[in-house]
Amino acid sequence: MSRRRDLLGVVPFLVFVGIFLIIPTLVVAIGAFLDDQNRVTLDNVTALADGYIVQAFVRSIVLSAVTAVLGAVIGALLGYALVTARPDSVVRRVVTSACGVLAQFGGVTLAFAFMATIGLSGFVTLFLRDSLGIDIFAGGVWLYDLPGLVLVYTYFQIPLMVIVFLPALDGIRPQWREATESLGGSTWHYWRRVAGPLLAPAFIGSTLLLFANAFSAYATAAALVSQGSPIVPLQIRSALTSEVLLGRENLGKAMALGMVVVVAVVMALYATLQRRTSRWLD
Amino acid sequence: MAGLVRRRARRQRVLRWVIVTVLSIVFLLPLVALLEFTTRGPGGTLTWDTWRELFDFQQLSETYPVLWTGMKASFWLVLLSVALTLVLLVPTVVWVRLRLPRLRRLVEFVCLLPLTIPAIVLVVGLAPVYAWVVYFVGGSSLTLTFAYTILALPFAYRAIDTGLSAIDVRTLAEAARSLGAGWATVMWRVVLPNIRSAVLSAAFLTVALVLGEFTIASLLNRDNVQVAINQLGKSSATISFAVSLAALVLAFVLLFLLSFAGGKRRRSRRERTTS
Repeated sequence: MSRRRDLLGVVPFLVFVGIFLIIPTLVVAIGAFLDDQNRVTLDNVTALADGYIVQAFVRSIVLSAVTAVLGAVIGALLGYALVTARPDSVVRRVVTSACGVLAQFGGVTLAFAFMATIGLSGFVTLFLRDSLGIDIFAGGVWLYDLPGLVLVYTYFQIPLMVIVFLPALDGIRPQWREATESLGGSTWHYWRRVAGPLLAPAFIGSTLLLFANAFSAYATAAALVSQGSPIVPLQIRSALTSEVLLGRENLGKAMALGMVVVVAVVMALYATLQRRTSRWLD
Repeated sequence: MAGLVRRRARRQRVLRWVIVTVLSIVFLLPLVALLEFTTRGPGGTLTWDTWRELFDFQQLSETYPVLWTGMKASFWLVLLSVALTLVLLVPTVVWVRLRLPRLRRLVEFVCLLPLTIPAIVLVVGLAPVYAWVVYFVGGSSLTLTFAYTILALPFAYRAIDTGLSAIDVRTLAEAARSLGAGWATVMWRVVLPNIRSAVLSAAFLTVALVLGEFTIASLLNRDNVQVAINQLGKSSATISFAVSLAALVLAFVLLFLLSFAGGKRRRSRRERTTS
């Protein structure tokens, strides 16, 4: 059995990912530096410094950062509550499955769920208006704009935090707490000196993952935002679907490349922190 | 000490129920709102008409042809994507473990790559590739299978890799080979039955992913259920809200069933390490 024949076994896989993953990636990476006549140019990349694109990137980053931190804090709390239950208990099964759905299924469905809740004729909107006399949209309809995105994104970030942070929480052993106590440490000491430092890399790593998740999200925003393109994914959509910017066909690719760079940096940090965590997790 | 532990267990139980209850209410509210919205009749009455309509496929296909097309496309996309993901990934990962351990890092890197490439970026690069796909196999919505298989790679790879780490593939394969089994037999009758729950979880994750996918289908102008409900959302919100809720519940049931398969795997691994 020669090595060359062995290699044949991975050819179908490599050909497939070559066509549908590597080529698209190269199309974006190379296309960002080409003009409409396929000549090399830096115009697309320098165009990223245009006011509206910079603003879109800033808004995307702020949106991702805010929802990542909110999601991380609340999700970690829920995760901690779950870890205190037995691993095969029904509560834990139900909550983790629900988290899986809400974290990854998201998109259009979540946008609709929020329209049904706090849209103009939503369940909560009508209840607050008719029963308590509170008009949540007194200052304008904010659901279909950036504040609405913060709310809906946080809604899918919390469950994602539970999923990615739970393994680290599971790795915490009760013996460590007992050891702290037998040495005379209080609950505060335990969290400040033992559990806190051990969980910190995993917590920060998970927060980074949440950031990347929000930064890459498209469907929710596409279904929710009706006017304008406040964030980068929506800017890419308008670059793809409209013919307004003649001579700038590859601007969308430059923005896409910008997104990849941001996500890649964040994921590299995440991988580093993940390695630190796995040192004591197993 | 025992009293302290008991007191803490009680305090943790109270804390657990408070947090889980509060967050459950917050998280169920939008879903309850979907249900309330779809059962809202004229003049504040309760009606199940929308739901009756949703499950009467004959009528549904006549009233909402767009939705019906999308649902059918998603149904076939689920089957095709699961099939392609498993056919492509399982033999490759097993083969690499058995015969080409040096390629393991490369395959892992490639499989996890889609995590760093957002779907909205992938679709930008896929557009020209799909021009060729249309040229060779046509413009059917089912061609999305190729893109969905890429999106499913990281999740499916992790599931299968975890499953394979729990068994000693090499020894099993060598034993089967020395008894005269061909590679097909090794794969089908020796390796596969041992990683059944891992394959199952890879399949379930792919199903959930395909059911919820919107970005690529929408920007490549193909049909699936998410594109359809987004289109219908403006004209007939009630039915698209009902489909949304039904899809969420379906995905939840799938993942809940999956949690049992995963649990069995974890338990059996622990037994192995202690024995």
